[in-house]
Amino acid sequence: MDKIVIEHLSLNYSDGTESLKDVSLRIPANQITVLFGPAGGGKSTLLRCINRLNDLADVTMLSGRVLLNGVDVLDPHTNVTELRRRVGMVFSRPVPLPLSIYQNITYGLEIAGERRKARLDEAVERALRQVVLWDEVSDRLQDPAHALSGGQQQRLCIARVLALQPEVILLDEPTSALDPVSTFKIETTLRELRSELTIVLAPHSTQQAARIADTAAFFLAGELVEMQEGEKLFVNPKDPRTQDYIQGRFG
Amino acid sequence: MNLPKPFLTARQTQKVGYAALAGIAVLTVIPIIALFIYILIAGLPAISWEFLSGFPRDGMRSGGILPAILGTLYLTLGTALFSVPPGIAAAVYLAEYAPDNGLTRTIRIAMINLSGIPSVVYGLFGLGLFVLFLKFGTSILAASLTLSIMTLPVIISTTEEALRSVPTSFRVVSISMGASKWETIWRIVLPQGLPGIITGIILGLERAAGETAPILFTGAAFFLPNLPNSPLDPTMALPYHLFVISTQIPGMPIQIQYGTVLVLLTFVLGMNLIANFIRSRARARRHW
Repeated sequence: MDKIVIEHLSLNYSDGTESLKDVSLRIPANQITVLFGPAGGGKSTLLRCINRLNDLADVTMLSGRVLLNGVDVLDPHTNVTELRRRVGMVFSRPVPLPLSIYQNITYGLEIAGERRKARLDEAVERALRQVVLWDEVSDRLQDPAHALSGGQQQRLCIARVLALQPEVILLDEPTSALDPVSTFKIETTLRELRSELTIVLAPHSTQQAARIADTAAFFLAGELVEMQEGEKLFVNPKDPRTQDYIQGRFG
Repeated sequence: MNLPKPFLTARQTQKVGYAALAGIAVLTVIPIIALFIYILIAGLPAISWEFLSGFPRDGMRSGGILPAILGTLYLTLGTALFSVPPGIAAAVYLAEYAPDNGLTRTIRIAMINLSGIPSVVYGLFGLGLFVLFLKFGTSILAASLTLSIMTLPVIISTTEEALRSVPTSFRVVSISMGASKWETIWRIVLPQGLPGIITGIILGLERAAGETAPILFTGAAFFLPNLPNSPLDPTMALPYHLFVISTQIPGMPIQIQYGTVLVLLTFVLGMNLIANFIRSRARARRHW
């Protein structure tokens, strides 16, 4: 089943940095879909269309459709705050909010209107267990979140998104600032999360793309070059440009 | 190659340079320290419980300055009441909502110019608007409002600066988790900017507390036998009282003048120290 269907999506920013040119693709449910390619290819831009975070940017042209469960999220009538709860996002640098570990996780829930302490406690424990951070921080939940190490911070950032029980999580180079051990932990967590939700990830390296992709899409200069199962794409790409990039001839 | 041996080595030159810079830095502090020590020595003998808690007597040549102390306190609180809420609201608008267009640029230019206007002009403006046109009379209310207009640009610009210094990434994260813009400002941006905002407020109020010209025509009284009963009464105030006893009263004991200066200086410096304390505490807790 396709969780997200993108149809003829085109986009320009006013500063002309990245753009998307008539991108169409289908993102299957309960898989890790990897969007990879050189910088400026449009991966982040595409991610930010799915949760409408591009609303914050200076977008001069936007056309096409982004269907989540068959409903176009680009529709002006979309409830964006509700959309962003269903489609969580993790950024390339871990940015814990300037609050405690506990409050970082309850932040989204409280904004969504959850006030019951028992529910919040439960959500904090569940989310922290999902990212395998519970044992490391359960005795200091009230400490400021920035006291954690970089890898722990990023797992916290994933946990605070999971606390909202989203259907999709978008990750924009989530391990680019992390050491290999932390990266390994996060990749393991993501593989386990597949059964519960749909993951769309823009990796910072081709190696990571190859390691983790169920499905992979190669982007170049705002265009989708090709998309197929990860195992096939990295072994036997159809397009010569994909092959050149994977083999390190450019990028 | 045979270079002539320099008079000083590079390292020695650097040392001389540092010493010169350090000396200049010390020089700038000397006047402030000297001024405070001088006032302290000259004014301390006048300070007594009676001086702080009594009314002026003998045509102000003896007795205390309680009405002036309380008056300055009232004016400062009144100014806070009228300048802080609109100041913060304006800063939130400018920092978070205002598009970069002709209107907001005009507002900013107006603010810069407002802080350059001589304070006596504010006094005359307050006289025209609050005292005469709005018929508040010479009163605490009119003087507070006048001081508020003078303080507003300071509060707005420092608050705007404090809000802008909160990293954009916090805002993006908050919004990406389903918060609205206002929820983000209320829960993240304002609490993070608070130390800077409080510092700005105190510095603005401190200036208001020490001003004479804006209250001269709008609320300050030469001498009052009683404390003010309502915001519509005029009041004595430390800076104006100081002006009066320094220029208007023959045979004024100089001790009382210095005592009054010391009280005013302590009031203003005290506010300054509180602002510094809040700032340094907040900096120690902040990690961005």
